[in-house]
Amino acid sequence: MAEEKKKKESIPRQEMPEQEPKVRNKNFDEVPLGYSPELARKEAERCLQCKKPSCIQGCPVGIDIPGFIAHIRDGEFTKAIRKIWEKNSLPAVCGRVCPQEDQCEGLCVLGKKDKPVAIGHLERFAADYERLYGSGELPPQAAPTGKKIAVVGSGPAGLTVAGDLILQGHEVTVYEAFHKGGGVLVYGIPEFRLPKEIVASELHYLERLGVKFEYDVVVGKTLDVDELFAQGFEAVFIGVGAGLPTFLNLPGENMVGIYSANEYLTRANLMKAYLFPEYDTPLMQGKDVVVIGAGNVAMDSARTALRMGADKVRIVYRRSEAEMPARVDEIHHAEEEGIEFFLLTNPVRFLGDDQGRVKGMRCLQMELGEPDESGRRKPKPIEGSEFTLDCDLAVVAVGAGANPVLTQNTKNMQLTKRGYVVADPKTGKTMKPGVWAGGDIVTGQATVILAAGAGRLASNSIQDYLAIGW
Amino acid sequence: MFEILRRELMADESVVLNEISAPLIAEKAQPGQFVILRANETGERIPLTLAETNPTRGTITIIYQVVGKSTALFKSMKVGEKFMDVIGPLGRPTDIEKIDGEVVCVGGGTGVAVLYPITQAFKDAGNNVTSVIGARSKNLVMLEDRMQGASDELHVCTDDGSYGHHGFVTDMLKHALDTKDVRLVVAIGPVPMMKFCCQMTAEYNVKTLVSLNTIMVDGTGMCGSCRITVGKETKFACVDGPEFDGHQVDFNELTSRLQAYCPEEKQAYEKFKCECQSS
Ligand SMILES: Cc1cc2nc3c(=O)[nH]c(=O)nc-3n(C[C@H](O)[C@H](O)[C@H](O)COP(=O)(O)OP(=O)(O)OC[C@H]3O[C@@H](n4cnc5c(N)ncnc54)[C@H](O)[C@@H]3O)c2cc1C
Ligand SMILES: Cc1cc2nc3c(=O)[nH]c(=O)nc-3n(C[C@H](O)[C@H](O)[C@H](O)COP(=O)(O)OP(=O)(O)OC[C@H]3O[C@@H](n4cnc5c(N)ncnc54)[C@H](O)[C@@H]3O)c2cc1C
Ligand code: SF4
Ligand code: FES
Repeated sequence: MAEEKKKKESIPRQEMPEQEPKVRNKNFDEVPLGYSPELARKEAERCLQCKKPSCIQGCPVGIDIPGFIAHIRDGEFTKAIRKIWEKNSLPAVCGRVCPQEDQCEGLCVLGKKDKPVAIGHLERFAADYERLYGSGELPPQAAPTGKKIAVVGSGPAGLTVAGDLILQGHEVTVYEAFHKGGGVLVYGIPEFRLPKEIVASELHYLERLGVKFEYDVVVGKTLDVDELFAQGFEAVFIGVGAGLPTFLNLPGENMVGIYSANEYLTRANLMKAYLFPEYDTPLMQGKDVVVIGAGNVAMDSARTALRMGADKVRIVYRRSEAEMPARVDEIHHAEEEGIEFFLLTNPVRFLGDDQGRVKGMRCLQMELGEPDESGRRKPKPIEGSEFTLDCDLAVVAVGAGANPVLTQNTKNMQLTKRGYVVADPKTGKTMKPGVWAGGDIVTGQATVILAAGAGRLASNSIQDYLAIGW
Repeated sequence: MFEILRRELMADESVVLNEISAPLIAEKAQPGQFVILRANETGERIPLTLAETNPTRGTITIIYQVVGKSTALFKSMKVGEKFMDVIGPLGRPTDIEKIDGEVVCVGGGTGVAVLYPITQAFKDAGNNVTSVIGARSKNLVMLEDRMQGASDELHVCTDDGSYGHHGFVTDMLKHALDTKDVRLVVAIGPVPMMKFCCQMTAEYNVKTLVSLNTIMVDGTGMCGSCRITVGKETKFACVDGPEFDGHQVDFNELTSRLQAYCPEEKQAYEKFKCECQSS
C-alpha cells in the first residue's frame, strides 16, 4: 500500500500543453491544447482514491471525482463521462472555466504537499474525448408526458433545466433574447478560452433530444411570463443571468473609446468583431488599453484587446494581487501574454481630447486598510498620489447587475433590493406560482457551475411539481 | 418568419420601405418603439423604428435611409427574402396623451420615418397637430402623404427651396411657436436639427421630446453602447428611451458617440460597394 502511494507521489502533475504566449497573444485559438489519452491516464494515476474524498466537498454539484478519475485511469473514457454527467451537464465547459483552485482542487489532499490532481483538466479531457470520439448515442428518454415547460434564457442554468426535463419526457421550449444560445458562454467568454464550437455542440445535443429553441424573443417585451402560461406552459424557469453592465460613474465615462466589458466582449465574441470586415460589427482597436477590474471578465477583456492588436494592455485594480477574483490560470495566462498589472490603483476620472475621445485616466494610488464586510481589506486612497495613465481605449469590467427587462414586466415576482429574483435556494421556487429561477439572476454574477447546479435543483423541483403540485 | 412582403423605394431611391412578417412583434408594438434587425450570419444588429404595424396581417413596416453598409445590404434584399433576425418591440413607447394646446411635430431627413408613427398617435389621441418636415431638396422629401394624413397642418421645407418653404424646419417651428398655443414639440432628425429645435423651444419654455438614434448592440440594456447623458445622469437609449426631454440631452456627446466608428463604417461600405459591382 505504502509503496503504491509512494509510486503515485513520484508522478508529477501533468501540465497541459499550451500555445506559446508570444504566438497565442495574436490569435483567437484556444490556449490550452488538451490532454492526450496518455497524459490523462498518467494524471489520473496520481489520484489516491481517498476513502473520504475532500475534493467532492469542494464541488458545488458533488461530482464523484475519484469515481470518474478511476475510469480515466483504466482507460474507460465513456464510463468516465457518464459518471460526470450524473451531476454536471456541461463538463466540457466547466473543465475549462471552473475556478478549480477554490473548489475541488483547492481541497485535494495532494495539494498539501505537492500540486493537487488536475481535476479540471481531467474533466475537460473526458468531455472532449466523448465529443470527438464518443458514440454520440443519446441517453434513454422517458415516455412523452405531454407537459410543456418554458425556459427563459439559454445560459448554463437554462440549458441544464432544458436537458434534465427533456429526458423526463416533457416538451421543453427555450426562449432566448439573443440570436444565439449559450448566454455568457457565447457572448462573454472568448473563443481562446472556450471555443464556440463546444457551446454549439451542447446546444445541438439538446436539439437532438427535442428541445425547441426560440431565438430573438425578449421575454418581458416580445412575450411575457403570464402569456407563456396562457399558451399552455405548466412551468416556467427563469435563467436570464446578470445582464446589466456596471459603470464607475466617473466624470468623462461616456466618452468615445470607453466600453463596458459587456459591450466590448459581446462585439468581439457574439458579433465576431475580431473578424471585421468579414463580419460587419466593428470594434475599436486601441493601441494603449486600460481595463478596470481584475475578475475573469477583466482578464478576458484585456486578453481580447491584446489579440485585437494593442501594443500595451494594463489591468487597473484598486485592491492587491491576493484579492483579484479571477481564476489563477487566467491571471497567469494574462501575465505570460504581456499584460501589465497596476494594482492598488483607483481611477478617479477620464480625460479626453476635443473630439470627445478618451486619452487618459487620472488615478489614485491606494493602500489596504481594515477588512470590510466581505472580509477583504478595504483599499483607501493615499493622499497626493494622483497620476495619469495614458490610454486610447478603456474597458470597464467591475461587475454586473440584474437586468430589469423581464422582472419589471412580470407580475407578482418578488425581487431583492438590488433587483435580483427571490428564489428558494433548495428548489429555485420563486414567489410566483409555477415560476422557478436560478443562476446569476438569483445570486448575482457567480460561476457557470453554480448556475448549472441551480438549474439542476430547479429541474428536480419542477419534476416534483408536475407529479404532485406546488 | 421575418420575410419581406413588400418593398418600396422613396426619396429618389435613397429611402426604402419594407413590410416584414413578424406576428409576435406586430401584436405588441406601440408608437415610439423600435426593432433590431440582422440580415444574415455576418451582419450587424441595426435598430430601426416601427413606422407602422399591422397586427391582423402580422406585419411590421420599417423605413430606412441608406447611409452605410448595413442599410445598403437591407436595400439589396428582395420581396420573399428573409431577415435572419428581428427583435422587438424594444424601447419605451411614447407617452401619448391629449394635450391642452397644439402639438408640433418636426422631422428632418429620415427622422420623418421615426416621427410619423408618433405624429399619428398624437393625432389619434385627439390632439391638434401641426407638422413640419424638411429635406435637402424636393426629391428627398419623404412620407409627405402619410404626414399629411397624420397632421391638421403640414409644412414642407427644403434647404434649396426646390419645394415648399425655402429654409430650415426651425423657421417654421418658430412661426408655429409665435402664432399658436404650442404645449409640446416633438423633434426628430439629424443631431444638429434636434439641437437647434431644442435651443429654440427652450427660449419659449415649451416641452420638447427628441428621439435619440444612438449606436446599439443588444437593445435590451445589457451593454451600454447606447448610453447618453441626460440631465446629469447616464441613460440607456434602448431601455430608458429612445425618447428624452430634449432640453436635458447632451447633444455634443451624442454627436461624438455617433462618430465612434467612422473609419470602420467607411471601410465596410466601400468593401460592400466593390463586392456589389464585381458580382
Ligand atoms: C466575460 C465573462 C467571463 C466569465 N468567466 C467565468 C469563468 O471563467 N468561470 C466561471 O465559472 N464563470 C465565469 N463567468 C460567469 C458565468 O459565465 C456566469 O455566472 C454564468 O454564465 C451564469 O449563467 P446563467 O445561466 O445564470 O446566465 P447567463 O449565462 O448570463 O445567460 C442568460 C441568458 O438569458 C438571456 N436573456 C436575458 N434576458 C432575457 C429575456 N428577457 N428574455 C429571453 N432571454 C433573456 C441572455 O441573453 C443570456 O443568453 C464569466 C462571466 C463573464 C461575463
Ligand atoms: C432607436 C433607433 C431608431 C432608428 N430608426 C431609424 C429609422 O426608422 N430609419 C432610419 O433610416 N434610421 C433609423 N435609425 C438609424 C439607423 O439605425 C442607422 O442609420 C443605421 O444603423 C446605419 O447603419 P449602416 O451600417 O447602414 O451605416 P453605418 O455604416 O453604421 O453608418 C453610416 C453613417 O451613418 C451614421 N450612423 C451610424 N449609426 C447611426 C445611427 N444609429 N443613427 C444615425 N446615424 C448613424 C454614421 O455616423 C455614419 O456617418 C434609428 C436608430 C435608432 C437607435
Ligand atoms: S482529494 Fe485528490 S487525491 Fe483524493 S480523491 Fe479527490 S482528487 Fe483524488
Ligand atoms: S444597446 Fe446595449 S444597452 Fe442599449
